[in-house]
Amino acid sequence: MKIAIGFIAGLTFGLGLALSGMTSPDRVLGFLDIAGAWDPSLAFVMGGAVLTALPLFALARRRTTPLAGAAFDQPPTTLIDRRLISGAVLFGIGWGLAGICPGPALVDLAIAPGQTLAFVSAMIAGLLASAWWRRRAG
Amino acid sequence: MLDPFLAPLAGGVLIGLASGGLYLLAGEIAGITGIARSALIGPARGWQAAFIAGLLAAGLAAAWAKGPALVAGIEQTSLPVMVLAGLLVGLGTDIGNGCTSGHGVCGLSRLSRRSLAAVAVFMAAAATTVYLVRHAGVL
Repeated sequence: MKIAIGFIAGLTFGLGLALSGMTSPDRVLGFLDIAGAWDPSLAFVMGGAVLTALPLFALARRRTTPLAGAAFDQPPTTLIDRRLISGAVLFGIGWGLAGICPGPALVDLAIAPGQTLAFVSAMIAGLLASAWWRRRAG
Repeated sequence: MLDPFLAPLAGGVLIGLASGGLYLLAGEIAGITGIARSALIGPARGWQAAFIAGLLAAGLAAAWAKGPALVAGIEQTSLPVMVLAGLLVGLGTDIGNGCTSGHGVCGLSRLSRRSLAAVAVFMAAAATTVYLVRHAGVL
């Protein structure tokens, strides 16, 4: 059941990314280029997503268990610490350099593997390196 | 062709449905970074691998329907910059424990102050990077 939900959620999420324009680095960089010919349209992606998800998360908060699962995943911390900020800075620089964030990277990999493989390989290498460091330190 | 603001809005609604639906039904956060990490190195792997398969299937379906215009601009970034950008995205999202989906869509929808801080910082860092590259001649 959870596998099916996971696949349908991933499929819907990916179709949303493709429809929204988030899969195009041109569009993403145009949105981030506030000092240039700024294209604000991608703000509607985050706006539409949050406005849609907000009531669903609110509904979930009134329940003790999910409709088809054992428990709600609770993020381990609410702390705004140096780790969070430095991670967000590094991610932001990478996002600004190529105009690709993790979701679109995986959708783009299926659309144009030749042009996306280097980014996705490096992204996975970075993810694994950081996870390995964290395990060794913690 | 949809109105330039309507397609992003409709795409956002689909993303919101997927994120809110995954939480309400399965109790899981649709953060791509965390899902990719779990799919690769665990602990649990099943639904996460299915989610990634769904993302890839969406890419194939979209490519069949609309073609390479979907990834317009991807050819303009040089290979070394692609690798550097990918590394920074992988490192940063693991260290900061989330990206545009986990902190952005899910975090903001959960009204998390921690996620709001992360979104403000990565948006500012990304916009600053684009400014430096496009208008100040860096790189």
